[in-house]
Formats: sequence, C-alpha cells, structure tokens
Amino acid sequence: MMNKYLLRLYVTGNSTKSQRAIANLFRICHEELSEEYRIEIVDVLEEPERAEKEKVLVTPTLIKQLPPPLQRIIGDLSNTDKVLLGLDLLLKEDSR
Amino acid sequence: MSQNNEQDLIAKLTTGIPGFDFLSEGGLPKGRATLIAGTAGSAKTVFACQFLAEGIKRGETGVFVTFEEPPKAIRKNMGGFGWNIKQWEAERKWAFVDASPQPGEIPMVSGEYDLGALIARIEFAISKYNAQRVSLDSLGAIFSHLVDSAQVRSDLFRLASALRELEVTAIMTAERIKEYGEISRYGVEEFVADNVVILRNVLTDEKRRRTIEILKYRGTDHQKGEFPFTIIPYKGVVIIPLSAIELEQRSSNIRITSGSEELDRMCGGGFFRDSIILVSGATGTGKTLMVTEFMAGGVANGERCLVFAFEESREQLYRNSIGWGVDFHKMEKEGKLKVVCRYPETTGLENHLINMKETIQEFKPNRVAVDSLSALERVSNLKGFREFIIGLTSFIKQQEIGGLFTSTTPNLLGGSSITEGHISTITDSIILLRYVEMYGEMRRGITVLKMRGSMHDKDIREFTIDNTGMHIGKPFRNVTGILAGNPIYVTQNEVDRLSGLFEEDV
Repeated sequence: MMNKYLLRLYVTGNSTKSQRAIANLFRICHEELSEEYRIEIVDVLEEPERAEKEKVLVTPTLIKQLPPPLQRIIGDLSNTDKVLLGLDLLLKEDSR
Repeated sequence: MSQNNEQDLIAKLTTGIPGFDFLSEGGLPKGRATLIAGTAGSAKTVFACQFLAEGIKRGETGVFVTFEEPPKAIRKNMGGFGWNIKQWEAERKWAFVDASPQPGEIPMVSGEYDLGALIARIEFAISKYNAQRVSLDSLGAIFSHLVDSAQVRSDLFRLASALRELEVTAIMTAERIKEYGEISRYGVEEFVADNVVILRNVLTDEKRRRTIEILKYRGTDHQKGEFPFTIIPYKGVVIIPLSAIELEQRSSNIRITSGSEELDRMCGGGFFRDSIILVSGATGTGKTLMVTEFMAGGVANGERCLVFAFEESREQLYRNSIGWGVDFHKMEKEGKLKVVCRYPETTGLENHLINMKETIQEFKPNRVAVDSLSALERVSNLKGFREFIIGLTSFIKQQEIGGLFTSTTPNLLGGSSITEGHISTITDSIILLRYVEMYGEMRRGITVLKMRGSMHDKDIREFTIDNTGMHIGKPFRNVTGILAGNPIYVTQNEVDRLSGLFEEDV
C-alpha cells in the first residue's frame, strides 16, 4: 500500500505562489493521506523540458499521476476542499 | 537629427513574405513583437507560420507557440503551402511549444497561479533551438483557457518583456470581433506590442476581399492604408502593394504596329511601345479581332506575344483567327505566341493578377492582350477590380511591354462600361468601336478617342470585317451622335457648311 498516491507538483523557482503550493500540498497530504503518498517537486526553470513534455501551462500545477484517473489541479492549493476533490478524497469521505 | 538616429536604431528583419517587406519598408522591427490582429478566418495562422517558414528558407530557426490548434493540425494544414514542418522539426529548425487545450482534461482551480511554466517553456525552446523568429498563435485563446484575466494580462506583459530580452523577432496573433472596431479582443495590444498589423477579410457584394494594414509601427516608417492580399497554394500570403507602385516607368517614343496599317495611321504612326491601349465596344464590334491583329502584328515583327482570354476557349480563338486570316495555332506552335485561356470564375481577382504576372515573367512577351477586362469585372467588387487594373497596368508598364485590353460596353449603341470609368485615366490610348445604325443596317465605326503624347485622327471611320481581317474606310461624314448612341443624319450641305466653319476640308 506504500505510495498509493504519486503527486507531481510543477513550480517556478522560489516564487511565493510556488512556496505556498508546496507548503499547502505537504500539509494536506500529511493531514489526509498518512503514509501512502509520494510527492515530486519539478521546478520548471530547472527542467523546462519536463514541463514541455507534460504540456504544463501554468504554475503551480499539481498532477495526480497515481491513482488513475490523471487529474490536474492548478493554483497555489490554498483551497483545500478543491484539492481534496481533485484527489478524489472528498467523495470518499462523503460516501463513508 | 536625433529622430533620424532613433529610426536608425530600429533595424528590420526581412520577413520574406511577398509584398510585406515592401509594405513595411524593410520587414518586421527586429527584436520586437508585432501584433497581427484579425477576425476568424483572416489568415492569422498562415501568416504566423509563413513568418517562420520564410525564416527557415533564410537559415533562421523558429519557435511556434500554439494556443489554439494542436501541432498535429498545424503540420497538416500548412502542408498545402509546401511547408514541411515535420521535416523542419527533425532538422531542428522549427520547434513547437504546445499550449493548445488538451482534450478531455479540465484542470481544477485551487488558488492563484501564473503562466510561469509557459514562459519557461518558451524561453527554453528559443535558447535550445537558437531561434530568431517566434510566432504565438493566438493570444486570445489563453483567456479562454484561464479564468483569471487580470493575471493573464500581467503574464503576457512578462512574456513580452522576456521575448524582448531574448532579442527574438516575434509575431503574436490576436482575434478581433469586428473588421472595423477595437483592435483586438481582450485588448491584448495594449500590453504586448509596439507594432500592430491588421488582417481583414471583408465581405462586400457577396465577395471576400482580404487586406492587410500596418496600423502602428512605433518609431519606424511603413506604407499606410489597406493593401489587398491573397492566399495561394505553395506560397501562402501574397500581398499586392498597389498604391505603393510608383509611376517610374519610362515612356518610350518607339512606335509599334497595331497590326492594321490604317489604324496605325489613325494613331499617328502606331501605338507607343510601352503603352496601355483600351479597346472599348459592344459585343461583336470587333474587339477580339483587334486583339488578333495586335498579336499578329507583333508576331510579324518577330515580337513575343501573349494573350489572356477570359471569354473564349483556345479552340474558339484559333477558329476566329483563321476566319480573319491569322493562324494562332501555328504561331503558338512556333513559340511566338502564347494563349492563356482562363474562366474568370475559377479564382479571385487577386489570384488572377498574380497568375498573370507570373505568366508574363515566365514568357517575357513584348506585347500582352487581355480579352476582356469586363469578364473579370464579374468576379470582383468595384474596389477589387480597380486595384486589379492598377496592379496589372503598372506591372505591364514596368516590364516595358505594350498592352491592349478590351472592354465590353453594355449597350449596343454608344454608352460606356464601368470598366472604362476605372481605367480610362490609366490607359494611354483609347479606341472606341461602335455600331452605327444607318438606314436599317448595322455598320461599324472606329475612332481613336485618346492617344497620349501623339497627334491622332479625330474622325469616326467606318470599318468592315472580312476573311483577311479589319479594313478601315472613310469617316462617317453625314452622321452625328454616333458616340452618344443616337445617330442623326445630316444633309451633305450641312456637313460641308460645318466643315468649312472649323477646318479646311481635305
């Protein structure tokens, strides 16, 4: 059950939005996903070709690589409910 | 003086887009962004692609940032212009930055974001490929991807300054809503470009007419106003710079034969070599005959002759010419004559013009005839027609070729056509062919109305047509009002009296 979630976050260097997104993501994952996740941070200034490959347009962009389906969440992730919805966590909670 | 220095600072990049470098007096401002605004279907994407394609032909590499169509669609759509984008990509001359909407994926929004990733990708592509040219097509599409318009605006501003820093010459396209109105949707022009070019595709008289206008070119010169352009397979956008054509052609005193000795005499010794002659007359008055004689006269003097026929097929022309004692078929076989038959409706007038210019350049004739202009008038609106005439006549004159155009008048007797109204000032000579009704019989009259730079016969002479061609006879002495289409017979006494009043009767 390890790494059930694979989350990739595309950020731009040390911009405030990017820093906020990183902090928010770690907080949400810590609170909601316990140990079952892996987060990868991609700085598009360092690795622009990866942004090209994934056709990432805006930063911050969070891509839920696993579990399927693929889902993109854009923004600094300050709206926790939206993030949970995108990670299919809110629905689970409701159906519980 | 300081202003001159400033102008010198703005270097221009030769685009290679036919006509554009002339229009823009050298090309696009180098190292700057130019906004290309136009309504849907105004050829913005073609222009943006052509900018890169022409650069590649000149050894420059380009980056194409697409916000609307996926690269796959662009590769396919532009194949018709002979641009093999796929090959260029493999040769690392062309790179796509794909910012088109991805199918089936709607991102969720949680908080603030910016276009940092896109800008990073564009910068990366430019430096990786060492690109000199960048096209972004089209900016308006970002606004439909992303809800936060204020953020997009400030990001576009950032993008524009990033491009400036990289010293690339950029084209950004933007959608317009109306042909005449605000420059672009979302007002993108305010923050991206010092230079604005507008592409129009206006519908008038049920016909589309494309024009290009340089609206703003900060700190540098350009031609003003709208110029027609067309889109041609294997070429792309071709601009026809009309009002920029200068009347610099030399005029010659060398006379050439009209193909008829009598007519040469009426014109004071023949037509001038590089002059434009308009032959006007109702249907059946002998316009095509005059074209035939003009061509035959040229061939007899060892000149190369070219005829554009828009009314009759090659076979009809051959048959007609035989009927007048001229063998077009033989002349064409011997390479002295070229007959080009086209149906006016096959394409737009702009394309006709470009095709005709190409044919002239290839064949290098000494004389050209167009039979008839009126047939071409059908496929255009007035403005487009006028531009066509100006474009064609000035081109012919620049090549130092003699040109004979025919124009059909709508009325059998007298009258003038719209064609004449538009071109009479451009032509050097006008010859009228008219029907004259006399005692229940239709006869034909010919007169030289205008002969720039020469004396000419002022009479209206009768002419007949038989199997050896045209024969010009005596003046109609006892008829007045032929040109007005209302012939009145005058007694011989009156004729003599009037002649005595003004001139000595010969």
